[in-house]
Amino acid sequence: MEALIHYAPYTGWVYPNETVIEWSIAIVVYPYITGLVAGAFTVSSLYQVFGFQRLKPVAHLALLTSLCFMIFVPLPLLLHLGHPERALNNLLTPHWTSAMAMFGYFASFYIVLLMVETWFAFRPHIVEQAQKRNGLLGTAYRLLTLGSHDLSEAALRHDRKWIFWLAIAGIPGAHGLHGYVGFVFGSLKSREWWSSDLMPVVFLFSAIISGVALLIVLYVVSCWLRRIAIDLACLKGLAYTVWGFIMVALVLEGLEFANIVYKGREGVEMIIAYVGGPLLIPYFVLQFGIGAILPLLWLSYMIWRGTTGKALITGVTLSACLVLLSVFMMRWNVVIGGQEISKTGRGLLDYQMQVVGREGLLVAALLLLAPLATLLGLTRLFPPWEHKATP
Amino acid sequence: MKKREAIGALRARRLFLRRIGGAAVAGAAVAAGTAGVMRKAAAKSESAAAQKSFPTPDYDWTKHRWAFGVDATKCIGCLRCVEACKRENGVPLTAHHFNTWVERYVYLEGEDKPRIDSQQDPVNIAASGSEGEYRFADRYAGAKVEKAFFVPKLCNQCEHPPCVQVCPVGATYKGADGVVLIDPKYCIGCRYCVQACPYGARWFNEEKGVSQKCYWCYHRITKGLQPACVEACPVGARIFGDRNDPQSPIGLFIRNNRVQALKPETGNEPNVYYVGIDKAVL
Repeated sequence: MEALIHYAPYTGWVYPNETVIEWSIAIVVYPYITGLVAGAFTVSSLYQVFGFQRLKPVAHLALLTSLCFMIFVPLPLLLHLGHPERALNNLLTPHWTSAMAMFGYFASFYIVLLMVETWFAFRPHIVEQAQKRNGLLGTAYRLLTLGSHDLSEAALRHDRKWIFWLAIAGIPGAHGLHGYVGFVFGSLKSREWWSSDLMPVVFLFSAIISGVALLIVLYVVSCWLRRIAIDLACLKGLAYTVWGFIMVALVLEGLEFANIVYKGREGVEMIIAYVGGPLLIPYFVLQFGIGAILPLLWLSYMIWRGTTGKALITGVTLSACLVLLSVFMMRWNVVIGGQEISKTGRGLLDYQMQVVGREGLLVAALLLLAPLATLLGLTRLFPPWEHKATP
Repeated sequence: MKKREAIGALRARRLFLRRIGGAAVAGAAVAAGTAGVMRKAAAKSESAAAQKSFPTPDYDWTKHRWAFGVDATKCIGCLRCVEACKRENGVPLTAHHFNTWVERYVYLEGEDKPRIDSQQDPVNIAASGSEGEYRFADRYAGAKVEKAFFVPKLCNQCEHPPCVQVCPVGATYKGADGVVLIDPKYCIGCRYCVQACPYGARWFNEEKGVSQKCYWCYHRITKGLQPACVEACPVGARIFGDRNDPQSPIGLFIRNNRVQALKPETGNEPNVYYVGIDKAVL
């Protein structure tokens, strides 16, 4: 039996009730997954709405990725709640002044939108399989057609129109969902580390780079698994997207930190002692140095030199992995970091991560792997690389 | 033959009517059930503060305006208040859960900043011998102390409570009498309120899966009693009363002293009034 209370050792002066760090790694995983959803959807929209043709090979993969991660978004929250059986109260009797009360609506709206858009995108495949297959799978596909078997040019044009408008509605949906996550933290005045007007946009741009980076990795791995050549134009398109957004993300995160230091409000000495001490590696080295500046320089170098072929694939994929690490560290540094700086501004706490348990490391790792496993399964049912899907 | 047919038709009609009746009863039951759920949800959507006679039937919360005073110049750091509160409210006897606590500020000679600790500090726990007993260790015995004082802390029952603002389901709310309450049967245990409170007044009850905090012993004050900490304080450092009564202890305390509140810059407008605190007290 695991101990119920995991108290955090501290230095300096902290309020007695602060010695239990209430938001654990599960709450780190939650904005991370939400960000991946928003970022992956951005890639899909870049093709569907803005007509970035070179992203066509990953457009449907992006949509499926977004859906798979979105399914798991509520799970870390449910695992965290003291009374998960009351979670629906959030939807039934929302308290409108709470940023968190919006979650149920944002998430429900967005998950439905994703499912509908995915259905339209894969309708030709579903209809084709429904006609071809027998047995249980055939029945499943036939059910999924929802009685719509028409694959005429007019019907497909109609589908494309739906996809276009759903993708347009999805942009504020996905970005609103993630911006709101930033607002959950940024709107609190109890912690100097969180209380920032920039927080929602910081979250948003880091979300975009994490989603695009994830797609780079997924696309390269999927090509490798399928033993097909990587579309270099598509990879370059994704690399340009990360490169562009990473600069904005870096500027915003830098500005936010500069604001805290420059304003120098009560407790800033503790923040400076913290980022220069316990947070030196997670914040400056991993989040900024290795996770953001290094891939930015590497991508810039490759763009400047016109790198292509294997070197490009390796460079872009490794940069994407670093970006994924950077964004995870950003979530960690916000969620855990914020709680490690005492509300007194005179003390620091040390979060003790559990390995097992509802909110432990193992569950967190499973939460990150589960969407990938789901994606692997879904790509078998709805292959996103076949261009038979609605173009 | 005709008679038999007529009886058969009658039976069929009765059966039909019975079925219709059964369906109607079932339908009515479902409708009533749904209506019940809807009523419950609707009742919960109403502001709890708008409800009358809560929670004690003969207590009218619109007739009171409770407030709390702390005279830090009187506090001797005996921690009887902490003990009384823990026992009165069933607060876990650990070093991490407190409805109220006492902070000790000590300025040593030659130091600009105070050394601050509370009863939960490991040195103080070592002195008391257990997490369930409270004592300030004589840790500055050999040092030259320039200035030292104690500051009792508790929930400020803010006028604009951030904990209430952030609760996603409205499980925590401000009563008409000014006390911020929590409905433990409705709290989902997200702990957003714990994060939102700048004073560290809220804590999470792991066993019950809900947030808790000081509510000025609401079960006592609604019966005309004093909060347990006020009653236990041997020096009168804690003052409680109804601001609607100008002659109440709190009415006199606020009127006769220059009172301060904690972290006024947050805009929360605390309802705990302090006398004799220092610039270093947050």
